[in-house]
Amino acid sequence: MSVHFPVLIVVVPLLLSFLVFAFGLFQRRVCFPLVVATLASCLVFSAGSFRTVLTTGRPVHYHLGGWAPPWGIEYVVDYLNGLVLTAIAVVSLLAAIYARALVKREIPAAKHAPFYALFLLQVTGLFGMTVTGDMFNLYVLLEIASFSAYAMIGMGEGAAPFAAFRYMIFGTLGACAYLLGVGYLYISTGSLNMADLRQILVPLYSSRVLLVGLAFLLLGIAIKMAFFPVHIWLPDSYTLAPSCVSVLLAPLFTKVGAYVMIRVLFSVFDPARSITLLPVTALIGWVAAAGILFSSIMALAQTDLKRMLCYLIVTEIGYIGIGIGAGNRPGLTGAIFHVVNDMFMMALLFMVVGAIQAHVRTRNISGLTGLHRGMPVTAAALVVGGLSVIGVPPLCGFFSKWYLILGTIEAGQWLCAGALLLGSLLNAILFFRIFEKCYFEAPHDPAHREREAGAKADRMAMGELIPMVFMAVVVLLLGLFSGYIVQHAITHAIPPGV
Amino acid sequence: MMEFIVGTFNYWIYVALILIGFYGMMAKNNLMKKLIGMNIFQWSIILFYISIGSKQGGTVPVVDPSLHPAIRAVDYINPLPHVLMLTAIVVGVATTGIALALLILIYRTYGTLEEDEILEVLKK
Repeated sequence: MSVHFPVLIVVVPLLLSFLVFAFGLFQRRVCFPLVVATLASCLVFSAGSFRTVLTTGRPVHYHLGGWAPPWGIEYVVDYLNGLVLTAIAVVSLLAAIYARALVKREIPAAKHAPFYALFLLQVTGLFGMTVTGDMFNLYVLLEIASFSAYAMIGMGEGAAPFAAFRYMIFGTLGACAYLLGVGYLYISTGSLNMADLRQILVPLYSSRVLLVGLAFLLLGIAIKMAFFPVHIWLPDSYTLAPSCVSVLLAPLFTKVGAYVMIRVLFSVFDPARSITLLPVTALIGWVAAAGILFSSIMALAQTDLKRMLCYLIVTEIGYIGIGIGAGNRPGLTGAIFHVVNDMFMMALLFMVVGAIQAHVRTRNISGLTGLHRGMPVTAAALVVGGLSVIGVPPLCGFFSKWYLILGTIEAGQWLCAGALLLGSLLNAILFFRIFEKCYFEAPHDPAHREREAGAKADRMAMGELIPMVFMAVVVLLLGLFSGYIVQHAITHAIPPGV
Repeated sequence: MMEFIVGTFNYWIYVALILIGFYGMMAKNNLMKKLIGMNIFQWSIILFYISIGSKQGGTVPVVDPSLHPAIRAVDYINPLPHVLMLTAIVVGVATTGIALALLILIYRTYGTLEEDEILEVLKK
């Protein structure tokens, strides 16, 4: 049974997304338990295959339909994507549990079944992008994830369909660029399997076709992961998406894109070539540094809490880009660890925003005065998430940033190190401004008191509180056990040759 | 030079189509025209893939050992890009479907598909 875990991670949510839709037509109440059961089994599958990797020390290979690679499609779980898969499984399960109350509030009852079907389809795409060892299969699963994202964002209020359409134009541009890149690699190698490509590519590095292919691949991935300066689709679409959608999309999609970038640059292409022969990684590092400063300043300028977090996602992607840019062991350790950490931090923060929007009925930062009186747990979770994004020990954000800084210093990229520190400083200003509003803002005179966030908040459901608290605990635990995780998983996850 | 252009005309058409599609996606004001541009963009890539699979004088890749005891790869066109493009066509159709659904929603809300008019409404 455990032999089939790598493929079950993708097949089970894919089939269940259709079943949820079919069952939901007759009995709406059955959707949510089915989704939770599916995601829980996905957690078992991904954690199970990751455990096999950890105990045997070798990657798990699965050949679809019994066709051996390079002819057949291969699913591979190794240290790198085992970690990412498990993180996706945990975040999506908690997001699904959390989303239940919000779905009831935000989505019309008739649309519950399609919503949950799309939710599972989104998770299918994300799992598939991570687990696949085939370049074209990755494109298909990338598009599955993107479609469900467009559709779910389009369910939002107001201008959401318009934002979703704009996202779609950009997203299709990215997917097509990726497809073209795969095409150019296929012309010069005749293979689509990642491990096979790496072997065949070695004597071909002087070929110009390969350079064009790499450029298209990176452009496509950069658009999908919202890398500065092609992030412009992100703030609008994620802000206007319903909270129950953004809590799944915002933490996961961009980070899986970052994982794909690491995979392509360091597993498909030879790391030594990506770093020295073509200074691709260095270029990514510089652009990421510029992106961090730009998006941090943009985040400071926002008055809408959710929109501010959307710019923070771009900042965090910039941090991962700096780790890729450093191109050495500590830098990549930081980048991989930050991919995982950021999933949890962003999931926590988007849960907080969802709760605030649902119960205080505002997303404006100035409307958060006295939040800790009405919603003490949410306010505390906001503090945990905020401190982790800033990088305060012992929360997980500190440790990945620590490795990132070590990496930039070792690579001698002082400008990147400076951008990282300055970005963290800007994040600190950002969050302490919000903390001040929540905790220390002088109470208004009694006449205005009932307009405060603390006075207005109604009771939160346990289904919202428990995932949020759990997520905050995970953010803390990831920090406390960072040494263990880095030593046992991430050091082995760094592709050989770095 | 002329030979180079004529000999690789399918690639030139692919380049022309991808640029037309890109122009449509980026420069057109009407959202439906943007969608049409997006479709042209996607289909040009399909033409590109089909081109890299075909061979001059190649035939359908159905191998019959009784007729051709020795299989020479040069005689058959490469079927893999065709298979990949079947998937890409499905992806393209799904994109178009979702885009049309979104356009219907946008039209119902704003009564127009002109981007500048929608942005003007959004600014208010």
